[in-house]
Amino acid sequence: MPIKILMPALSPTMTEGNLAKWVKKEGEKISAGEVIAEVETDKATMEVEAVDEGIIAKILIPEGTEGVEINSLIAVLVEEDEQDADLDAFIAKFSTSQKPVEKIVEEKTEEPDKMKPASISAPTSTSVQGVSTNKRIFASPLAKRIAALEGISLSNIMGSGPHGRIIKNDVLSAAKNSKGTIRRDNEEYRLVSNNNMRKVIAKRLLESKLTVPHFYLSIECVMDSVLNARAQINSSFNSDKDKRLSVNDFIILACAKALKEVPTANASWTDSAIKLYNNVDISVAVAIEGGLITPIIKNADQKDIVKISTEMKDLAKRARENALAPEEFQGGGFSISNLGMYGIKSFSAIVNPPQGCIMAVGMSSKRPVVIDDKIEIRTIMDVTLSCDHRVVDGAVGAEFLAAFKKYIEAPILMFV
Amino acid sequence: MEKFDVIVIGGGPGGYVAAIRASQLGLKTAVVEKEHLGGICLNWGCIPTKALLKSAELLQKIKHAEEFGIFTEKSGFDIKRIVNRSRNISAKLVGGIKGLLKKNKVTVFEGSAKIISSKSVVVEGKDQKISLEAKNIIIATGARPRILEGFEPDGKNVWTYREALMPESVPKSMIVVGSGAIGIEFASFYNALGVEVTVLEAAPQILPMEDEEISAIAKKSFESKGIKFYTGIKLESKTINNKKVKVEFLHNGAKKSLDAEVLLMAVGITANTENLGLENTKVKLDRGHITTNGVCQTAEGNIYAIGDVAGAPWLAHKASHEGIIAVEHIAGKKPHELNKLNIPGCTYSTPQIASVGMTEKSALAAGYKLKIGRFPFYANGKALILGDTEGVIKTIFDVRTGELLGAHMIGSDVTELIHGYVINKSMEGTELDFIEAILPHPTLSEMLHESVLQAYDKPIHI
Repeated sequence: MPIKILMPALSPTMTEGNLAKWVKKEGEKISAGEVIAEVETDKATMEVEAVDEGIIAKILIPEGTEGVEINSLIAVLVEEDEQDADLDAFIAKFSTSQKPVEKIVEEKTEEPDKMKPASISAPTSTSVQGVSTNKRIFASPLAKRIAALEGISLSNIMGSGPHGRIIKNDVLSAAKNSKGTIRRDNEEYRLVSNNNMRKVIAKRLLESKLTVPHFYLSIECVMDSVLNARAQINSSFNSDKDKRLSVNDFIILACAKALKEVPTANASWTDSAIKLYNNVDISVAVAIEGGLITPIIKNADQKDIVKISTEMKDLAKRARENALAPEEFQGGGFSISNLGMYGIKSFSAIVNPPQGCIMAVGMSSKRPVVIDDKIEIRTIMDVTLSCDHRVVDGAVGAEFLAAFKKYIEAPILMFV
Repeated sequence: MEKFDVIVIGGGPGGYVAAIRASQLGLKTAVVEKEHLGGICLNWGCIPTKALLKSAELLQKIKHAEEFGIFTEKSGFDIKRIVNRSRNISAKLVGGIKGLLKKNKVTVFEGSAKIISSKSVVVEGKDQKISLEAKNIIIATGARPRILEGFEPDGKNVWTYREALMPESVPKSMIVVGSGAIGIEFASFYNALGVEVTVLEAAPQILPMEDEEISAIAKKSFESKGIKFYTGIKLESKTINNKKVKVEFLHNGAKKSLDAEVLLMAVGITANTENLGLENTKVKLDRGHITTNGVCQTAEGNIYAIGDVAGAPWLAHKASHEGIIAVEHIAGKKPHELNKLNIPGCTYSTPQIASVGMTEKSALAAGYKLKIGRFPFYANGKALILGDTEGVIKTIFDVRTGELLGAHMIGSDVTELIHGYVINKSMEGTELDFIEAILPHPTLSEMLHESVLQAYDKPIHI
């Protein structure tokens, strides 16, 4: 029968101490009265003597562990010739009443009272063990491989091989038994720190939703002509694949032309006056890792579509590399957000203060439409304009969208 | 009436090993043996056959002595002395077993045992009947050669292994029926002594339990030594006249007949379950052998059956391990498992054959995707040094897990080499264990490593 070695109380008031040093090691034979460890309290360092004799089968609290509660299990003695396999069960039985002694690295363990059941069959998280820290798992090479292939954690498995070794059959049984059972992660969540971009997006868009009176206007655009034009222009580029235009490039140009026609949509609210921008600078939302950013195409109305396309490609590339200069994404009078490539049919974006509008573009798709009382098939794209009602009224927004629609449905007009 | 914790019926490799282990665990043990301790293995099987084969091997080596720069005046043999050597070795080992049983304080009863009830056994000795009480009984009565109707041994022209082990003289010609390990070993032995040997086999390949590829290599090798084979045959009849045996059989549908001085029957074995008193117990039989569970228990809870009497594979080492398992179960311990796929099978002919685990065919049939390694003896330094360059080491791995599903080898000393793969399988290793193990040079054992390298497309020496 294994013998427990408990953390001794070296004074009546002691509740916990540091296990400063193990004088005897695992596997060493000890006799009654021999010093086996040194324990530190805030008052002094004391030697711990063995009461029984035997062989130290397992040391559960490593040297240097602080805050070891009195009466917690620090080591187990066995008499000679005892089998190790009994040990684990013995330790598990004793330690269900134990608070885990942890050296915690992660922030989430502000809950030291969360007791993990130390019995081997319950799933244990791999970072925090019950009583035995750094327990080596014995498994045959084949069992380890199969566990890895099946995605099974070895720490949950009882070994039935020699000396409690986990063998192939143990892993296969565990795999069979785990199918259909729900495995709950004991860690409720994990934390991802907010980077600057996240913080800025959060601040600005919260501010926008709280302070900007939003309203939303939607239209449908027939995209067939744009798609044709794009195909024609792109085929003329032949070998120069980098020059190929995207639908978004047409959208940017169409917006720019529309803003030139309806300048009141290119404006900002201030308490005393409405700022009407003299330049058509369009912010184009680009998704990057962990968030999004809006690089600006400046004077977009004066640039030809190839230039817009080239600039956009470069800005997007550098945006993803976090290589944009501040003036390249701070500013702009009007924003475009395109989620078409993600399969979104339509959506309403949040106005980017201090801008007055943001245009949300969805995916183009073939839909049935009524033309001259007949059902035809056209490629349709949904566009939704979010407006700051302080600066842009419904009529203005509608006018802008009508202009945009005119250009995008007959792109040849953009080149006039 | 004497009471025992365990009575073991049969003192062969299953029985005596069980008895020794039982004693180690503190159980009061008796062995009842009706003929000789050591059973078939020590007296009429493993030991004497391998002794004979060693003499044959030496004879063949001496014939090639000049290759090694050594001259011999005259090489010849005396069959009586060859046989005597094997008998002496058997006798020595039997004496050894007697000593071990005595040392372990096992009571040995000479006589036949009959089970009266699940707790009592009667031993019928030469002049006396003794009644014994047993808490547990282990049946280890082994098996005897299977006899085909019309082909009964007569001790003169129709032999079983008994006669083959102690020939009075060397026949000029021999027909061996059955190409399992026993048939092939005797074919190889007698062929080495200059006998004209023909082997008849019902299955489509010789050594039907071995991997097809190895069996084909073996056949070619034996044929090159002058042994003739007919496979896929169906025995029809035999007639004896003028001191010769004529055997008639069907081969590929055509009738054939052969004659020889001796017909050696090696067509399998029959379990010794008769006259044991099994009808007084709940013990059940299936196709002649006693049925047991994973810890060798029969349908009667305190009666165990081990070794040949309990079924395939009919190997001494399997009997010994079953003996240990049965006894450890009796003693309340958790015995180690007997995994049939980890039991090696060896044939001590020249060349030797050894294997463990699944054949290529059975692994594919089980749905495994395989990586197969082959390393030939002729590419190994030690093999050249030994002058034994025929043979191959074949390893079969599961692509997915790297588990060694089977190892099959033919060539000099493979019956020793196989243990490397057996240990790996027993420990549930993977291919990495072989790839990373540093085996000594120059040895045949290096081929164990190289075959695995070859399976994983990185062989060095081939």
